[in-house]
Amino acid sequence: MSARFLIGAALLALAAPATAQDMAITGATLATGDGSDPVENATLVVRGGRVVAAGAGVAVPAGMQAIDGRGMWVTPGIFASITNLGLVDVDAVSDSNDVDADDSPFSAALDVAPAINPAAQDMAISRAGGVTRATVTPGAGSSIFAGQGAVIDLGADFDAVTRRRAFQYVEMGERGARLAGGSRTSAHALLRNALREAGTYGEDAQLTGSTRNADVNTGDDVPLDPRLTGRAERDGDVLLTRFDAAALVPVVTGRQKLYVHVERAVDILSVLALREEFPRLDMVLIGATEGWMVADRIAASGVPVIAAALNDLPVSFEQLAATQSNVGRMVDAGVTVAIAGYGSSGDHPRGLPQQAGNMVALSRIPGATGLTWGEAFAAITSVPARIAGLGAGAGTLAAGARGDVVVWDGDPLELSSAPVRVFIDGIEQPLDNHQTRLRDRYRTLDESQLPPAYRH
Amino acid sequence: MHSTARAVIALAGAATLAACTAADTSSPRSASSAEAHEYPDTPYPSTYERYPGVPTAIVGATVYDGLGGQIDNGTVLFADGEVVAVGDASLAIPVGYTRIDGTGKFVTPGIIDIHSHLGDYPTPSVDAHSDGNEATDPTTPEVWAEHSIWPQDPGFSRALANGGVTALQILPGSANLMGGRSVTLKNVPSRTVQGMKFPGAPYSLKMACGENPKRVYGGRGRMPSTRMGNFAVNRETWIQAREYMAEEDPDRDLAMETLAGVLRGEILIQNHCYRADEMAQVLDMADEFGYRVSAFHHAVESYKIGDMLREHDVCSAVWADWYGFKMEAYDAIPENAALLYQAGACVVIHSDDENGIQRLNQEAAKAQADGARMGIQIADAQIIRWITFNAAKAMGIDRWTGSLEPGKMADVVLWNGDPLSVYSRPEMVWIDGATMYDMNNPQLRPVSDFELGQPGEGDTK
Repeated sequence: MSARFLIGAALLALAAPATAQDMAITGATLATGDGSDPVENATLVVRGGRVVAAGAGVAVPAGMQAIDGRGMWVTPGIFASITNLGLVDVDAVSDSNDVDADDSPFSAALDVAPAINPAAQDMAISRAGGVTRATVTPGAGSSIFAGQGAVIDLGADFDAVTRRRAFQYVEMGERGARLAGGSRTSAHALLRNALREAGTYGEDAQLTGSTRNADVNTGDDVPLDPRLTGRAERDGDVLLTRFDAAALVPVVTGRQKLYVHVERAVDILSVLALREEFPRLDMVLIGATEGWMVADRIAASGVPVIAAALNDLPVSFEQLAATQSNVGRMVDAGVTVAIAGYGSSGDHPRGLPQQAGNMVALSRIPGATGLTWGEAFAAITSVPARIAGLGAGAGTLAAGARGDVVVWDGDPLELSSAPVRVFIDGIEQPLDNHQTRLRDRYRTLDESQLPPAYRH
Repeated sequence: MHSTARAVIALAGAATLAACTAADTSSPRSASSAEAHEYPDTPYPSTYERYPGVPTAIVGATVYDGLGGQIDNGTVLFADGEVVAVGDASLAIPVGYTRIDGTGKFVTPGIIDIHSHLGDYPTPSVDAHSDGNEATDPTTPEVWAEHSIWPQDPGFSRALANGGVTALQILPGSANLMGGRSVTLKNVPSRTVQGMKFPGAPYSLKMACGENPKRVYGGRGRMPSTRMGNFAVNRETWIQAREYMAEEDPDRDLAMETLAGVLRGEILIQNHCYRADEMAQVLDMADEFGYRVSAFHHAVESYKIGDMLREHDVCSAVWADWYGFKMEAYDAIPENAALLYQAGACVVIHSDDENGIQRLNQEAAKAQADGARMGIQIADAQIIRWITFNAAKAMGIDRWTGSLEPGKMADVVLWNGDPLSVYSRPEMVWIDGATMYDMNNPQLRPVSDFELGQPGEGDTK
């Protein structure tokens, strides 16, 4: 983190040096992101890019620069899950869009890390909205396997990727069925076959095997043919390229997380059941619009969920039971739930606080299930960071956590609030971008002396 | 035409609304001077009738009147479908009124969405439901959105319960330069589209600039494939309309009837247009052929030409902060609405989205805050105007709804807190004085036919 190269305008905008500054913020309302309620008149101390202490009654170390945080809120940065950050400039300009690889010969092997562009405007705009860390996922273009996503930070430098190949992403609902050839049956066959092929992918890079299996008793009069549970028998009986198979080896062994997109209640159960065959899978459910209907079973599985907060329409036949209470009901059942999801063209990572705030609003509607303020804020900070594999090292203000800090001009979940200062790993970040430059240029429409093009 | 139009509206009005009688004397259609036709001027007429309500007094709430006025500890009276009086705590409550305690709560006019595709792009979003774009010809002024609408779209109920939406304009999509006629609806569940149609509301013609028409048709190797092609096809079509109008006894032509309606000032123009330079060209095209643009929709670059839009009295129907999803949205900024307001131009916040329509109040609040951060302070009551009266004005229904004034339709929302806060939701919604939603009464939460017997039927959503 020390040798960061700042990008263009960001360098000019930065008053602070590109190294982490030791600092304290005093007198602020502090929310730590761990699910607790905000604390007033609190102090935060950051040293060497890490949080040292946060809370009421924390003393400012002698000689440390102190920022007056009175009237402000101080929180960990927003953690945005399953974004396209850095993969796209303009969605509908296909040349600028690296999300899907529809015509690629590869699938599971695709790795977003080398494609992520930290200079993309969406990165700067999200940063100005208080998003400091994110996961970036490819979209599934030619296969149920979208490829491998990364964990990034949103710092104004060229070192965005903090963990590449953090997870594999697979489509197992309606979308997966279409990609697999027209049915969920094919999606499940493809997934099982791929995981078995990866499981037999030996150290010698041979994709074949010849192990015999015994009959499997299914409890009724139709035994399962052993070849369905065994390994591919012939050299020609493999569907994955060697590269894709290799990419799935860490999934089968549980060393890489498997993000599975499903919405329908029964699809969720079918995915959870995969662990009976592949016990080491480390799964995360993505979407889970009907998760509330099987919340107890998701909770029992220990599999976390990343869900869109505000889905409440039967957009498809796999989302008939959609309700804004989905997140709250799952949380109440004991499921670990992060909020993310960008269904409309207007949904961006910087809108996550609004989604979370709406969960608090629900708690005042009879019959609905919402979240407490602390739960809602955790669902866009510590919970997604933990799901992404960062433990308590990000998304919180616990001692030792990364110094990802946002100073807001009010309650971060409220519509009227915005960040005034953003720090990533203790380094203050520029908040300007294409939008702020346009705003400043068109503050006035006066062109009596020169056209707006000369205002820069 | 004059007398026929009156007859149709009067028929509907006599059986229904007291408020609707206003249409008899001041409908935009009554401005027409065309001669009588052999066919009805208002086919597929509204059959909407208001539902029963009781005389109601909401007391003690903060009242935003939709016109920019705010009354603390206010009183709102409505009866027989109409607003009776709006005032402060000293306003006397007549005998027989049901009192609703609004202490700590807020009252606004019903929220109005000027740009929705509920019903013509309903959920579930399956191909069989894709009825918003007649994308077989770049100009289809002959199609009417009302003939695509599925009244069982569950989205209507979400817009009511979560968004407080009481009236909305359903537009054809933007694949075509001239996409067809819009329809304005009351947000009441109905077996038929006619049962939702807003009595007396004028039609609008949906037009579209820019990328969509040239992409859809250029991709098929036909005109238009460029922005200049867009304009050429539009101009040729307006010339055709003028020729049609000059004919003494023209054959019926649905497309030309719509365009002639525009040129006579009876049908409004709702023009999808993102870029400032294109909007400026459209204003000149409107001058060339003698029509008026009521509102530019999406209009992400309106902030660059706020002065021109003010001078032409054209509203901008905008999102708070959508950006970047297509090239012509690249210069969208969240301060768009506030900069327009500063320039004295008309602002409307729209959704174009089955989710966004549930949170127009939140979108407006974000636009307010983005303005405040650049030094443009706009009062809360003015922000509410963006999603009530200004929308009604740009849809041509402001004489009946959009503000809390005596004699207007009692389209009213009681919010359980400040509507510009993320923590607030509609508590009760009245349409023409009838309670159509009550947060505390599950029986007063509409459930579409599609949702019956499905998981989650009747849930809070």
